[in-house]
Amino acid sequence: MNVETATSVPASAARLVTVYAQGLSVMAPGLDGWERSQSVLRGERAYVSEPLAPFATELLPRNERRRATGAIKLALRVAEQLTLPPGIDRQSLRAVFASSSGDGEIINSMCIALARPERAVSPTQFHNSVHNSPAGYWAIATLCHSSSVSLSAHDGSFAAGLLEAATTALIEGGPVLLVAYDYPPPEPLSQVRGFCAPFAAAMLIDARPGARALASFGIALGDAEREDRISDKDLESLRTGNPAARALPLLQAIARLEARRVVLPYLPDARLAVEVRPADNLCTD
Amino acid sequence: MSIPPLAISAYTLVNALGRGVDATVARLLDGVSGLRPCDVELADLPTWIGRVDGLEDEPVDGTLRAFDCRNNRLARAAFAQDGFATAVAQARARVGASRVGVFVGTSTAGILETEHAYRGYVESGVLKPFSYRHTQDIFSVADFTRAWLELEGPAVGISTACSSSAKVFASAYRYLRAGLCDAAVVGGVDSLCLTTLYGFHSLELTSSQPCRPWDAARDGLSIGEAAGFALLEWPAKGADAVGLRGYGESSDAYHMSSAHPEGEGAVLSMRQALDRASLEAERVDYVNLHGTATLSNDAAEDKAMLRVFGAQTPCSSTKGWTGHTLGAAGITEALIACLCIERGFVPSSLNTQQCDPSLKANIVRKTQSRSIDVAMSNSFGFGGSNCCLLLGRLP
Repeated sequence: MNVETATSVPASAARLVTVYAQGLSVMAPGLDGWERSQSVLRGERAYVSEPLAPFATELLPRNERRRATGAIKLALRVAEQLTLPPGIDRQSLRAVFASSSGDGEIINSMCIALARPERAVSPTQFHNSVHNSPAGYWAIATLCHSSSVSLSAHDGSFAAGLLEAATTALIEGGPVLLVAYDYPPPEPLSQVRGFCAPFAAAMLIDARPGARALASFGIALGDAEREDRISDKDLESLRTGNPAARALPLLQAIARLEARRVVLPYLPDARLAVEVRPADNLCTD
Repeated sequence: MSIPPLAISAYTLVNALGRGVDATVARLLDGVSGLRPCDVELADLPTWIGRVDGLEDEPVDGTLRAFDCRNNRLARAAFAQDGFATAVAQARARVGASRVGVFVGTSTAGILETEHAYRGYVESGVLKPFSYRHTQDIFSVADFTRAWLELEGPAVGISTACSSSAKVFASAYRYLRAGLCDAAVVGGVDSLCLTTLYGFHSLELTSSQPCRPWDAARDGLSIGEAAGFALLEWPAKGADAVGLRGYGESSDAYHMSSAHPEGEGAVLSMRQALDRASLEAERVDYVNLHGTATLSNDAAEDKAMLRVFGAQTPCSSTKGWTGHTLGAAGITEALIACLCIERGFVPSSLNTQQCDPSLKANIVRKTQSRSIDVAMSNSFGFGGSNCCLLLGRLP
């Protein structure tokens, strides 16, 4: 029962589910949008970690926008940048929001307030502190009554989000919006859970390829294989410095049109193996 | 076409009513509330709480001691009840550890540890070191569950405020259908902390009395702590068991901390649950309401109940007994609904003295002994996250 000991999962445990990515979006220092980021991920342009230009979501009314924290704005912005295939509107999408640590800015300031004698917690901060607050704002902004799940699996949160989106698309019918985000908390929370930079990625996951699929993902869990790393030193630092950025090897395979297996960190003793087939290879199926 | 139902082959509860399902049933039948005036350290608030006694003296030690915090102590207290850990061990032996998934809901996990650490920080500028990953992390209680029960399947922490541990049933269902696991441990755990006590107080949503759902004079909720776990599997042929027959999930798309006034999202989630089970509303014998006892929540849920069921279906909120156990409320109340089916009773809505004349749902005022085949459990959370579960004898 020692949690530090990684045990391998028998190969028989691996069951494959196949889903399709219909759209992609990414936001991080030096990776501002999918269109502009592909050349970096292909290695044609050097990765330069320039700070993200100030960003605000255009979806929220002014009052909500004013109250929104960095984490909320990041999650909404990456979702709103996702280009949807024709005939699919935001209002109808089921959603999965994956974040390792939610809103560190709010947790930090609430814990400071609670440690002072007057314990004056801000009501707005309290209702924004729930892990599903970006999901709530997204639903309000898009008038979407479909279900959403907000989840965490520590450093494996992106993989857990991908599995949740995949199972939802397969069992309930797609497409499903997947948003993975993590935003650096301030001091002193950063001492116990710190991230190097903001990172968010969004994908539209469907059970069917559709006309515009960017890639198919054959997903299996199990295996004690090592997770994939990125050869570019700075991108690798971003990957390990933010749980949502664990998505980078997957994004890289799609940008490079590489058909290959990408191994993502998932649980202490398990990884997620994703057989990526970019769109060019899909037509030959 | 109804969805294939899942058997709930073992389950356990720990809350202010006591440890284990028998303690919960005994107090529900006796009409004795688990609420008491707030005695949480440093919480100087005029409110009532549902507290689990004894956790202070039950540290998690041994190889998993990094996980020690009130929230995980509460989870472990539940594993020890109702033969739950044994039932999980049997399932593990049957299907293999890697084929048992873990899905645990929480709203604040072990944030109490973080609150402690920040006291030192505010006083001296030094944050007391603690393991964030094993305590405050949203995933910590799922991680602990997986480690304690020696499971190696897929796992996730779900956090959608007060619907968290209802939604674990829906997520687990999908994983099972997709073939990613053969059995699932679903759970919900939330423990008392200053964050939620002062947070709900700041929104003026805590009552100075034991909460009074649907009462004309209701003025807010009582916060409680709880843990609940269930083992889900595909039923054996001819099994005489209670199971999950349907679920519904929706978003209000209205407001972060107020329910849609017409109960729009609540209606959607209830209808979805009925549709998945291919059951008409008349077939539901009892509804365990979300029933937080705030003015607007109960009014919105009442409207939703009328739209889906009319004014006949017996319903009650059991939060007058346990308090609002937040991220643990979904599973606590779904399992109470299972107990109603298995043991044939309908609990009254405790503390409801004078029903609000503007509310029309058929609130059960006196606990009844009655045969129940199908029961529904409602959970609605901040951010407009709604989840409705339909429990029943397996057809």
